[in-house]
Amino acid sequence: MKFARWLIGLIILGSAVYFIFHVLKVELHTRLLLYLIICFALSLCRIIGGPTPADRSVATDILGILIIGFCAILAVYTNKDWYIDIAIAWALQSFIGTLALAKFLEGRNFDE
Amino acid sequence: MNEMISLVFIVVGISFDLFGCLGLIRLPDIYSRLQASTKCVTLGTCGILLGVFIKFGFTAAGVKAIICILFLLLTAPVTAHALAKGAHKSGVRLWKGSVCDKYTEDEKK
Repeated sequence: MKFARWLIGLIILGSAVYFIFHVLKVELHTRLLLYLIICFALSLCRIIGGPTPADRSVATDILGILIIGFCAILAVYTNKDWYIDIAIAWALQSFIGTLALAKFLEGRNFDE
Repeated sequence: MNEMISLVFIVVGISFDLFGCLGLIRLPDIYSRLQASTKCVTLGTCGILLGVFIKFGFTAAGVKAIICILFLLLTAPVTAHALAKGAHKSGVRLWKGSVCDKYTEDEKK
């Protein structure tokens, strides 16, 4: 049973990597963005299927950090400066939001 | 040359991100998930931003990327520790194969 789960996950991930790297005929930076989209899908799986609220908070934090990298690659790809500004703003928002979630998990009020 | 070095940094960062998210899916317990995913994903995103800095050089975008790296390195451990403390206080059990739980021992004293 455990071996079958390992095998299914390995096949799905390997086929996704093979599809992006060999089948698709796109530019290099689009391929990099597609790899990051695989990361988004993995952490979204954890958000959907996480057993406790704490798991979902962790996955949301990770998703926020991944989006910063996505914006940075977009800045290289399109040669526009202001994507980095979006990345900094997203980092601030994600930090404050995750701290609020952690405080909520501890069972405290927001205004103390 | 600069393009090549920045591309190497970006690819290494993305592979770190991928393995961190794999740890987020695969590991059995919230604490092990935290310790796998937070470190890997933070370092990977810092690698991507370092690649952006090498690509742009000392222009406005490059310096902003350095500022973003500093901010990320300061804030990601803070959020990870806050989330671990919140999860422990909200009553999430450890995995049954865990060896020790110093936080509960300290609270019992």
